[in-house]
Amino acid sequence: MKIAYFQSVSSSRGYWLISAIAGVVTLAGLLGAHHMENAGHWVTGMSNQVVWGVPHVFAIFLIVAASGALNTASIASVFGRDDYKPLARLSALLAIALLSGGLAVLVLDLGRPDRLIVAMTHYNFKSIFAWNIFLYIGFMFIVGIYLWMMFEPRMNRFSARVGTAAFIWRLVLTTGTGSIFGFLVAREAFDSAVMAPLFVVMSLSFGTALTLLIGMLIFWINGAAIDPALAQKLRRLLGFFVIGVAYLVAVDHLTRLYVTGHHQLERFILVDGGIYTLLFWGVQILLGTVVPAILLLLPRFCQRGYLITAALLVVVGALAQVYVLIIGGQVFPLELFPGYSVTSTFYDGVIAHYTPSLAELALGMGGMGLAVLVTLIGVRILPFVPVQMAGENQD
Amino acid sequence: MDMKDSSPASARRTFFTQASAGVALLALAPGVRLVDLALARVQDEPASATQRWGLLVDVDRCVSGCDACVSACDTEHGLDGNERPQTDAQWIRKVDLVDNNTEHQLSLPVMCQHCEEPPCVDVCPTGASFRRADGIVLVDKHTCIGCRYCMMACPYKARSFIHEDLTGQKTHAPRGKGTVESCTLCVHRVDRGESPACVEACTDAGHEALVFGDINDRNDPLATQLAETTTRELRADLKLNTAVRYRGL
Ligand code: SF4
Ligand code: SF4
Repeated sequence: MKIAYFQSVSSSRGYWLISAIAGVVTLAGLLGAHHMENAGHWVTGMSNQVVWGVPHVFAIFLIVAASGALNTASIASVFGRDDYKPLARLSALLAIALLSGGLAVLVLDLGRPDRLIVAMTHYNFKSIFAWNIFLYIGFMFIVGIYLWMMFEPRMNRFSARVGTAAFIWRLVLTTGTGSIFGFLVAREAFDSAVMAPLFVVMSLSFGTALTLLIGMLIFWINGAAIDPALAQKLRRLLGFFVIGVAYLVAVDHLTRLYVTGHHQLERFILVDGGIYTLLFWGVQILLGTVVPAILLLLPRFCQRGYLITAALLVVVGALAQVYVLIIGGQVFPLELFPGYSVTSTFYDGVIAHYTPSLAELALGMGGMGLAVLVTLIGVRILPFVPVQMAGENQD
Repeated sequence: MDMKDSSPASARRTFFTQASAGVALLALAPGVRLVDLALARVQDEPASATQRWGLLVDVDRCVSGCDACVSACDTEHGLDGNERPQTDAQWIRKVDLVDNNTEHQLSLPVMCQHCEEPPCVDVCPTGASFRRADGIVLVDKHTCIGCRYCMMACPYKARSFIHEDLTGQKTHAPRGKGTVESCTLCVHRVDRGESPACVEACTDAGHEALVFGDINDRNDPLATQLAETTTRELRADLKLNTAVRYRGL
C-alpha cells in the first residue's frame, strides 16, 4: 500500500477565521478566570455545597476525551490498521491539545492558581489527584515521543512500540481520572463499581467524536475532505462506542438501584430531579445517545451532514452526562442521619442550588477554545494533515 | 511553616498528666507508670501520638435554638461572613433532627470530626490537609492550592472554601481567599492548655453538652465518659474512627 504524505496547513482565510474564533473563546475564558480569581469564587455558581462546577465539567470532559482522541492513532500503530494512518498524527496532536485545554481549566479554577508550583513540588502520594498529575504529564511526554516517531522516517519502525506504550498509558490515565470520583466514598453518586470501565468507554466515545469533528474542520480548512471510507469506519466505531457508554450507564443505574440500594439518589436523577432529570433523559439519553446511535448505525444516514450532526450530538450529550454526574452528585445531600429529617444553616438535608455564572461558563468554554487553538497552531507548523489519503491508494 | 512538628505542647494538661501519673506511681506498679511518665509531654515538644484530642457531644443536653457554640467559634476565629450563606464559612453548625417515625426532635452541633483515617487528608494532592500526631486535622494554608478535593471527600460537609477577600483576620487563625478551612479544634487554645471555644461557651451557657479531652488518657473526664456510656460516630459505616462522638443519638 502507498503511504500518504503529510503537509502543514497553509495560510488561508478559513484558517485565520477559525483561529480567530478559537482565540476569542480562549481569551474570554482567561477573562472569566481572571474575574473569578480576582473577586473570589463567590461570583460563580459554586458554593460550599457545590464545590466543583461547570469548569470541572469541561475539564473532565476534555481530559477524558483527550485519551480517547488517541484511539485513531492506536488503531493504526498498535493494531496495525494502515487505513487509519492518515489520521494518526492528527489524533495524537488532538490528544495533547485536548489535555492542555482540560488541564488549563482545572488549574485556572483553583482557589490559588498562583500556587501551581506548590502542586508541582509537594506531592501526597496517597492522593489519586497527585498521581493524576504524573499521569497527565507523562501522557503528554509519551504522545510527544510517539509523534516524533511518526514524523521522523528513521524512527517510524519504533512507532508501533511507542504507540503501544501510549495506548496502555492512556487506559491507566482514564482509569485514574475515573478514580478521582471512585475515592469519594461518602458520596452515593460516585459509589459505583462501573465508574472505571465507564470512563474508559466514555473516553473512546467523546474522543472519537471530537477527532471526527476537529479532523473534518482541519481538512475543510485545508480544502480537502477526510477519505469517505475512513470516515465511514470512524462513524461505525463511534456508533458502537455510544452504545457501549449507554450500556454501562444502564448497568451503573441498575447496580445503584438493586445492589447498593441508593434509591433516593436514583429517584432524584431519574424521576424528580428537575434540571438534572431533564438533562439526563432529554440531553444525555435522547439527544446524546438515541439520536446519534440511529444516525451512526443505520446505513441510510451515511452522508457527511448526518455524521457531523451525530458527532456534535455526542459531544452535547457527553457534556450533559458529565454535568449530571458531577453537579447532580453534589446537589444531592449527604446523608449523615439516616431515619431523620434534617435542617441546618448549612443546607443539610436539602437539594443544593447551582446555577453557573457567565465567568465559569466562559472558563469552561475557554478550555475548548484552547484545545482547538493548540491544534490549529500544531497543524500550521508541522506536517499533520495527509495530502493523499491512504485509502484511495489501496489496492 | 511546617505546623506538623512545631506546635507547642499543652502545659496544663501535661501538668495534670504528670501529676496524676505521679499519684498513680505511688499507688500502682512502678514499671507501668514510668512508661506513662516518659510519654507525658512538656511544653515546646511536638504534638504527641500518646494523646488524641476528642470531643463528646451529649445530644440530650444540647438545646434546640441555642447556638452559643457556633457564635463562640465565629468570634474566636473571626468568621464574619458576608451575608452570603451559600459561600460563607461555617466551621460548626447546628443541625436539627426530627425522627421520621416518632417525630422526636433533636438538636446537635456538627463540625470536623477529626477522623483518625481522614478522607480529606488521603485525597489532598499537596499534603496541605494533614493530621497532627495528637489527632487534630488541619489545613496548612501555605500549601493549600484550593482544589476543593478534600471538600468532595469529607463525609460530614465539614469544610468551607474561602470564596472572597477577608478582613479582620486573627493572628491565631490564619485564613485566606482561595483556600479551604475547617474546625481546628481550637488548636491554638489546646496547645495553651485550654479547651475549645465552643466547649467553653456551652459550659458558660449552662448546658454542658460538650466535653473536651484526651481520649487516650484513662484519667481524663472525656475518656471516662466514653468508657461508661454508649456513644456513636456519625457515618460509623465508613470506619473513619472519628474523635468527635455523640451520645443520645
Ligand atoms: S470530618 Fe471531614 S474535614 Fe474533618 S477530618 Fe474527617 S474528612 Fe477531614
Ligand atoms: S483544597 Fe487545599 S487542603 Fe483541600 S485537597 Fe485541595 S490542596 Fe488539599
